[in-house]
Amino acid sequence: MENKKIVVDVDHVKIRFNLSSQKIDNLKEYFAKLVKGELMFQEFIALQDVTFRVHKGEAWGLIGANGAGKSTLLKVISGILKPYSGRIAVHGSISPLIELGAGFDPECTARENIFLNGCVLGYSIKFMKEHFDEIVEFAEIEQFLDSPLKNFSSGMRARLGFAIATMVKPDILIVDEILAVGDYKFHQKCEKRMQELLANGTTLLYVSHNINEVRRLCDHAVWLDKGAMRMVGDVQEVCDAYMEEMKK
Amino acid sequence: MIKIKAYIHEFWRYRDLRRLLVEKNVKLKYRRSFLGYLWSILNPLLIMLVMTVVFSKMFSRNIDNYPVYLFCGQLLFNFMRNSTDRAISSISISGAMLKKCYLPKYIFTLATIDGSLIDLIFSMGALLVVMIATGARFTLWLLLIPVTLAQLYVFCLGLGLFLAQANVFFRDMHFIYNAVTTAWLYLTPIFYPIESLSEKISWLIRHFNPMYFYIEQFRSMVYKGTAPSLVLIAAGTGAAVLMLLVGILSFYKTKDRFILYI
Repeated sequence: MENKKIVVDVDHVKIRFNLSSQKIDNLKEYFAKLVKGELMFQEFIALQDVTFRVHKGEAWGLIGANGAGKSTLLKVISGILKPYSGRIAVHGSISPLIELGAGFDPECTARENIFLNGCVLGYSIKFMKEHFDEIVEFAEIEQFLDSPLKNFSSGMRARLGFAIATMVKPDILIVDEILAVGDYKFHQKCEKRMQELLANGTTLLYVSHNINEVRRLCDHAVWLDKGAMRMVGDVQEVCDAYMEEMKK
Repeated sequence: MIKIKAYIHEFWRYRDLRRLLVEKNVKLKYRRSFLGYLWSILNPLLIMLVMTVVFSKMFSRNIDNYPVYLFCGQLLFNFMRNSTDRAISSISISGAMLKKCYLPKYIFTLATIDGSLIDLIFSMGALLVVMIATGARFTLWLLLIPVTLAQLYVFCLGLGLFLAQANVFFRDMHFIYNAVTTAWLYLTPIFYPIESLSEKISWLIRHFNPMYFYIEQFRSMVYKGTAPSLVLIAAGTGAAVLMLLVGILSFYKTKDRFILYI
């Protein structure tokens, strides 16, 4: 364990949102509030004192109720959000998708979107051309390549997004409860792909409400509860404790 | 220093994204339209035609070949207005994407300015048509057009970055800017000669209106067929660099907070 490289180092991360200022987005309101002295600070702590270390090749499940801060944590790790205090260090390439297919443009065709999404992930057009067939094949969308993405079902979109995000071997793969929309067959396919990536040394950060899935795929887990870390450690222990709590 | 290197590396890494975003904007703009790209040429031509009909009587005494005179100013000013106007919302409308993947945010602003530049280059075709139709003189000074366009591009990029970041926090930017550009349009000698203004206003425009720097340079080459004045090139470059600095610094300072507002 000790000799393995640390790929994600989350160190006492705290995320704070200012609820009141989030609502002011025009000058009139701003001045009105300023005059009335209502520009007070109503803070919301989305994450508090979260600390854990992920080593290379590990699979971590993030569990917790809705609004516990799972997605916020993933956003911090992928660099979208900067922590208010604390430190975060990531070593290695990261497939920075919080939601599969986030970079899709509904007006563009699937073909255009494959390139667009690939470039959003930081790959070059040349690279995408080389892997184009592979993606299309995995996503099983050959016959719809030239229709605009807005006509796709959510399952098809998820398939395409997953195919692009896992096409190369990222050092860190982030999966945020997207597989819920795929059908059973595709689900199996995705799990297989993730297992393959894991076997090849990719680090997985996995968010899901399906505890059985987390148990099957992951070896470690973090349980978040209202922004605080409730428990961290071996996946079976954390899941057991979590399920115990849920039954109450 | 290491930070700057990292930024350059990032810029390079996402160059293809920039290209695709530009392509996407250009493509989507004319998708399903019958005449397609031709509109980039037709649109300025039609507007120029109307303005020529309306204004040529008014100014024909002191401006010969009014269509070309007008077109020079109109082309550059429209580029400035369209590119920055689109840049304003470039960050806020990309919210969905920025919330979900890590990307250098300025790419979106950069891509809108690039897209407008492509429009401008298409519109140059219209200028060519007008020049031929009116029997304008073609000189080798035309080869220096890119010098002016480069200054204008940098200027618009700076302005666009500044406006885009401001719009994330205050969505009124669009409306304020609309009023500003309208005033700006009338304070730039586009359809009238600068001589017809009062001494004082003319002085102010000649010294503080960057669009005047660019349009005058452009007119020297296209309309008068002479060398652009070095003073104007220096002034234009200065204004562009200053604007770019303002844009980059304001953008850099606020970029980490975008996510909380988009």
